Amino acid sequence: MRARNTIVGAAFALLAGGMAHSALAQDIKIGEINSYSLLPAFTEPYRKGWQLAVEEINAAGGINGKKLVVVSKDDGGKPADAQTAANELVSSEGVAMLAGTFLSNIGLAVSDFANQKKVFFLAAEPLTDAITWSKGNKYTFRLRPSNYMQAAMLVEAASKLPAKRWATIAPNYEYGQSAVAVFKKLMSEKRPDIQWVDEQWPPQGKIDAGPVVQAVAAANPEAILNVTFGADLVKLVREGNTRGLFKGREVVSFLTGEPEYLDPLKDETPEGWIVTGYPWYSIKTPEHDAFLKAYQAKYNDYPRLGSIVGYQTIKSAAAILAKAGSTDPEKLIVAAEGLSMPSPFGEITFRKIDHQSTLGAFVGKTALKDGKGVMVDSSYKKGADYLPSDAEVEKLRPKD
Amino acid sequence: MAFYVVQFLTGLASAASLFLVASGLSIIFGVTRIVNFAHGAFYMIGAYIAFTLTERLSGAFGFWGSIVLAALAVALIGVIVEMVLLRRIYHAPELFQLLATFGLTLMVEDLVVLIWGPDDLVGRRAPGFKGAIDFFGQNIPSYDLFLIVLGPVVLGILWLLFQRTRWGVLVRAATQDRDMVAALGVNQKWLFTSVFAVGVFLAALGGALQIPRDAVHHAMDLRIIVEVFVVVVIGGLGSIVGAFVAAVLVSELNAFGILIFPKISIILVFLVMAVVLIVRPWGLFGKPEAAARKTPGLTVNPWRPLTSNERLASLAALVIAATLPLFAGNYALTVGSEIAIFVIFAVSLHFLMSVGGLASFGHAAYFGLGAYGIAFLAKMAGLPMIVCLLLGPLLGCLGAAVFGFFAVQLSGVYFAMLTLAFAQIVWSIAFQWVNVTGGDNGILGLWPSSWAASPSHFYWLALGVAALVTIALRAMVFSPFGYALRATRDSLLRSEAIGIDAKRIQWTAFVIAGTTAGIGGALFAYLKGSVFPDNLGISLSVDALVMVLLGGVETVSGAVIGAIVYKALNIWLVSQTDLSKLVLGGFIMLIVVVFPKGIVGMLEMLAQRRRKSSPPGSPLLAKPIESAE
Amino acid sequence: MSVAPPLLTVEGLTKSYGGIHAVRGVSFALQAGEILALIGPNGAGKSTCFDMLNGQNKPDSGHVRLLGEEITGRKPREVWRLGVGRTFQITATFATMTVRENVQVALISHGRQLFNLFGSAPKFDRGEAGRLLELVGMGGYADRPCGELAYGDLKRLELAVALANQPKLLLMDEPTAGMAPRERVDLMRLTARIAREKSIGVLFTEHDMDVVFEHADRIIVLNRGTLIAEGSPAEVRGNPQVQAVYLGEGLVYDARHREGAST
Repeated sequence: MRARNTIVGAAFALLAGGMAHSALAQDIKIGEINSYSLLPAFTEPYRKGWQLAVEEINAAGGINGKKLVVVSKDDGGKPADAQTAANELVSSEGVAMLAGTFLSNIGLAVSDFANQKKVFFLAAEPLTDAITWSKGNKYTFRLRPSNYMQAAMLVEAASKLPAKRWATIAPNYEYGQSAVAVFKKLMSEKRPDIQWVDEQWPPQGKIDAGPVVQAVAAANPEAILNVTFGADLVKLVREGNTRGLFKGREVVSFLTGEPEYLDPLKDETPEGWIVTGYPWYSIKTPEHDAFLKAYQAKYNDYPRLGSIVGYQTIKSAAAILAKAGSTDPEKLIVAAEGLSMPSPFGEITFRKIDHQSTLGAFVGKTALKDGKGVMVDSSYKKGADYLPSDAEVEKLRPKD
Repeated sequence: MAFYVVQFLTGLASAASLFLVASGLSIIFGVTRIVNFAHGAFYMIGAYIAFTLTERLSGAFGFWGSIVLAALAVALIGVIVEMVLLRRIYHAPELFQLLATFGLTLMVEDLVVLIWGPDDLVGRRAPGFKGAIDFFGQNIPSYDLFLIVLGPVVLGILWLLFQRTRWGVLVRAATQDRDMVAALGVNQKWLFTSVFAVGVFLAALGGALQIPRDAVHHAMDLRIIVEVFVVVVIGGLGSIVGAFVAAVLVSELNAFGILIFPKISIILVFLVMAVVLIVRPWGLFGKPEAAARKTPGLTVNPWRPLTSNERLASLAALVIAATLPLFAGNYALTVGSEIAIFVIFAVSLHFLMSVGGLASFGHAAYFGLGAYGIAFLAKMAGLPMIVCLLLGPLLGCLGAAVFGFFAVQLSGVYFAMLTLAFAQIVWSIAFQWVNVTGGDNGILGLWPSSWAASPSHFYWLALGVAALVTIALRAMVFSPFGYALRATRDSLLRSEAIGIDAKRIQWTAFVIAGTTAGIGGALFAYLKGSVFPDNLGISLSVDALVMVLLGGVETVSGAVIGAIVYKALNIWLVSQTDLSKLVLGGFIMLIVVVFPKGIVGMLEMLAQRRRKSSPPGSPLLAKPIESAE
Repeated sequence: MSVAPPLLTVEGLTKSYGGIHAVRGVSFALQAGEILALIGPNGAGKSTCFDMLNGQNKPDSGHVRLLGEEITGRKPREVWRLGVGRTFQITATFATMTVRENVQVALISHGRQLFNLFGSAPKFDRGEAGRLLELVGMGGYADRPCGELAYGDLKRLELAVALANQPKLLLMDEPTAGMAPRERVDLMRLTARIAREKSIGVLFTEHDMDVVFEHADRIIVLNRGTLIAEGSPAEVRGNPQVQAVYLGEGLVYDARHREGAST
């Protein structure tokens, strides 16, 4: 008797669930994809960020009165799997737009998918310049400051250094290669007197740091550009510290100021590196304070840069959806182009010309404080100031 | 001059870490013939446990104690794995253990994140070895010196262990001839368990010793496993001295190579392996493998073509599959297309593995070449889809013809590793030659022509090609060529003695398999609309192996089922959970234990048992010849 | 008119391993239809000698000629194509195929159909395969999986396979090792009959002296790599050198020992 009741009850629950589900069709869905299983160190804070954003948006009444739902998928770090996920989100879940991705090649794969299937795609983290320029398309927008922008921010500081002999260390794949290429190009424009004395290209994730450090030291550069990150960075820093590579040399380093990369270094953090990053502890603006307070209250943890990106991705998506008042991709594009909105870093705009947001980054120096790495002397660099002229961008981007 | 000395010493330090892990793998393979894919996972767990212990136990004694304790703890885990999992499947076909250890690796990668969190962990420096020693103005980290000494010390201990103890004598004997040791009445179970424990201990020790110089993270295993395999193969399987020499060779070539070609690291070990294997087919210190005692007893029942009933059933299944577009949505159809493509890929490898007995560890190379073939033809030459589909796979064919020629000169694990080396070389070309291949950003915008653009049309196309390919390869299994190929697998001696040129037959089979994989890759490029170096990568090659083994390597068409089950499950899990690796790994291990002949192999055996039990006293009731344990 | 060359001529065949002469200057000839036994104590170099005849092993010097054609150092598969069949001391068959299929593979090779991708091997020349199996008394086993045959049956199957290319010469390395005494006699009688009928030359090594003396037309004796005697069974039996070698090594013991050990 009791068993039967349970079964009947379960059946009703299922039915009710089904009905509830159909009611949810009125929600606005965003399909989100990221490398959760491959890169949990970066995607966990990112997920927390966007979850906070969803909560805030729905608490404030949703998007034009409709509830916002984010359907999130893992891509396992593979472009092909990301496309499968994108397909599921678009075909089965009926999402209004796609968002997310971390790795450049995955960002490009989803961007190409979006272009083909005519779906709006807001790329969150991929850094490659190609996504907005050489392989840009009308359906794809990107939030995070690109490789070029970060290079330009670093060059501004690096070009003021007296150093003339430079060496580079970068992971041997597209990101590392283009970071070095842009940095060299911009640097040589400002400082024609610079010499590039050595370059090292360890395979991504597999640096054999000892020989690399030794080889760079042998070239005796005055300054070093580093593009490695994650575990490679840790090994490089440890070997470099022990072998005295960084002593008396300037180091300019991409992304190293982001808590994701800086925090693991703990008391081995090298001091005085010029880096891009996110010093959440020293940003004193009302926008950021509000974000920081909300984030810490919800998670009892401090934000990483990924938290900002995740948060702002969904905030931006909501702003675009709200302005468009529709989920039609063409209307979303129109709404997004030139749209300005607040962010924890201040107001940002999605440029009409290349669909790049003007979200900026902080540039500062690394330092050791209480056995932990921090960024000091940091200042916010607005993204808009570090992009090439419109005429140049026009040349870089294929016509839609 | 001082610089070159220091660079040499630095290379030696890298070699020492590599050697520790490689020696363990070599011992395990030598005795148990297990291709222990989980060796990297044990290395990683060693590092994680050592991290936790070193954070808790202070002082020099605490640090070094932690390192040893961590390695012992992992060795214990190894013992449990061996007793609970591997022991059950020593009888299974060759390489099936690879599947089990692969499943274990998948689980471990997710488990460490669950236990230790996602962040990179940076451990303590070794007490007493924190600084560097000045050598004519060059700094050598004292920890490097410690490692440089440790490598030969471990080599010496292992040498003594093997030369001076009864256990060591047994291990050496088993490495040379397993069956003989079994015949001598040695308790093989415990020999295997102890060997596995020692091997795992060395891996974990290698991992634990990385604490002072590396970050501990959940992808450490992948970083080392392939490289270690390469070192073991270069040195010669089962040879500890070989592993040492190979580790030094690879590390020094890298240390000095980057001075001239800074981009060489990514490909160096594979180049070295390819060269070594072509010149010395059994590695530097290896001996020719004793004619592998294949376990023919496992397939006492010879293959036969499908009966007419079975043909009808297969046709019915195909027709049902073809009706999918009538009721399924676009997503299901795209997934269906992807599965069909992987069926093509899996059956191509299956043909090589089951009929030819040639297990390629780099089959993705030809899949990927087919995909890149499409990319070049469509993007650069601007040819229409139908032409591309016909011509694209030829790139896979060409690759298979060139690489296959060298690969079929070898056999067994050496064959597998040479194919892996070739695949990695192709992969790094795709990865590096940015101007042509777009590097890891790939080639985009390869969408199908309008006639095939709709998901249902593309699904029918993929399904049709998959069916044709499966039928064609099946026909080949029962063709004179297929028999000749199987003859070379069953007995090289006999096939040579009846006029069969084994190498040419195997080469032809390799080209057929490569071309077929290329067809799959070509369709894949159009399905995804893009091509990435991933399409040539190790993980895809491993996927193919898993699909074949899952289906049953001793069946004629098991790979079809293996591909469907594995791919469908994989897609579903990735979509449902971030812990897909944990679930998939667990599923694979379960399958391995429950279906040691693969899914189809097991079904066939059950069907056969029923058939046999009906006429009592049937003369066919011969019990399968058990492989020697 | 010159006389037709003998079926097999061996001249000065020599092979050494690391300074030890395994085979030293061995010469002999074999006529079509003749059954020649190669005997000698363990380690006399029989197997090495045998392996050099069909290319399994390369001689350091010396010549092997088949009908006057030089075949020294050619690959086993090439030698086979010239009409030399071979059976092995430890049988080598295709364990995952049926008995018939084993023969069919040899027939496929003989018919130069190895690269035929779309024919049907199970249907390939079943008639001839059946005839060959009947010939060796295996007709009833055609559909049995080869992997479950008894050892004696495997030896007979090997003979059928070796006959598939209508050979001129059969090389049989211990054709009856591991068989029961009755089977040995049967197999050798069968071989002798086939050889006479088809005028095939047979060279075999053997430990069982009953088999040797009953079936061989002629015997050559190898000791420590050197040919020490040659002649009819009666001549060899009476040769004091041969007696010395065998009695010294224990002829009787050896034969019985083999029989006991190999079952």
